[in-house]
Amino acid sequence: MIRRLVGGVGELLITAGVLVLLFVAWQLWWTDVVADRRQAQIVQALVDDFGAGRASDVGGDAFPDLGQEKAFAVIRVPRFGADYARPVIEGTGRDVLALGVGHYDGSAAPGAVGNFAVAGHRTTYGRPFHDIDRLRAGDRVIVETAPTVYVYEIRSHEIVRPWQTEVIAPVPDQPGKAPTTAMITMTSCHPTYSARFRYVTHGALVKSIPRAQWRAADWMTVEGAR
Amino acid sequence: MYAALWRALPGPRWLKAVECLVLLAVVVAVLFRWVFPALAPLLPFNDNTVG
Repeated sequence: MIRRLVGGVGELLITAGVLVLLFVAWQLWWTDVVADRRQAQIVQALVDDFGAGRASDVGGDAFPDLGQEKAFAVIRVPRFGADYARPVIEGTGRDVLALGVGHYDGSAAPGAVGNFAVAGHRTTYGRPFHDIDRLRAGDRVIVETAPTVYVYEIRSHEIVRPWQTEVIAPVPDQPGKAPTTAMITMTSCHPTYSARFRYVTHGALVKSIPRAQWRAADWMTVEGAR
Repeated sequence: MYAALWRALPGPRWLKAVECLVLLAVVVAVLFRWVFPALAPLLPFNDNTVG
């Protein structure tokens, strides 16, 4: 009787341990599998829409009030790989960040004067900004919208605490100051597998190219010409 | 618990083993597809919300 009871408890404990290990496998591996597939589908749909002229004109001064969770741009970072492309989606909620890179509500439109601020997962859910710490000053970040392709160049990075929201101010780190240039800010968790800090990268717009004149071969290089 | 399951499964030993593997696959699929996604937002270490 006692032996069966102890054996039963032992089986329950082993089962609980296996469940925890399964959860870790799901979180660290399976969310990437699912999100990579989903995000690639969204990028493909956006590229198709852009090509067919179906998407609303987003970027520059035209920035219609997008609904939450609407994908409106594709971000490409040659440093992360020649075929790296992720959707940019309005909002930074949990559901949005599982679908791609999130655009901070109220931050500037792509290419607009101000700060185009986006957030992405460092690990899990497709980890779009896993390699954010590999970006160097001069690296190109390309943001593709329906009418225009915007080329940004990385200028600097900083590591801050999660509550330091001044990094996404219209003039980064100077809240309240009126912007005169178009900037990009990318944020992600730091260090990898922790949410203790934020890794923040700032860049500046160097070129806006109408879609008809966009030649990927000319611009899809890791670093800009210096 | 698992001994009782083994006895309850029909068929010869090799079939029981196959049935166990199928059951395991079903359990993992249900966990990955529905249980873990629902559980993840409730766990503190997954709080990636940006301030």
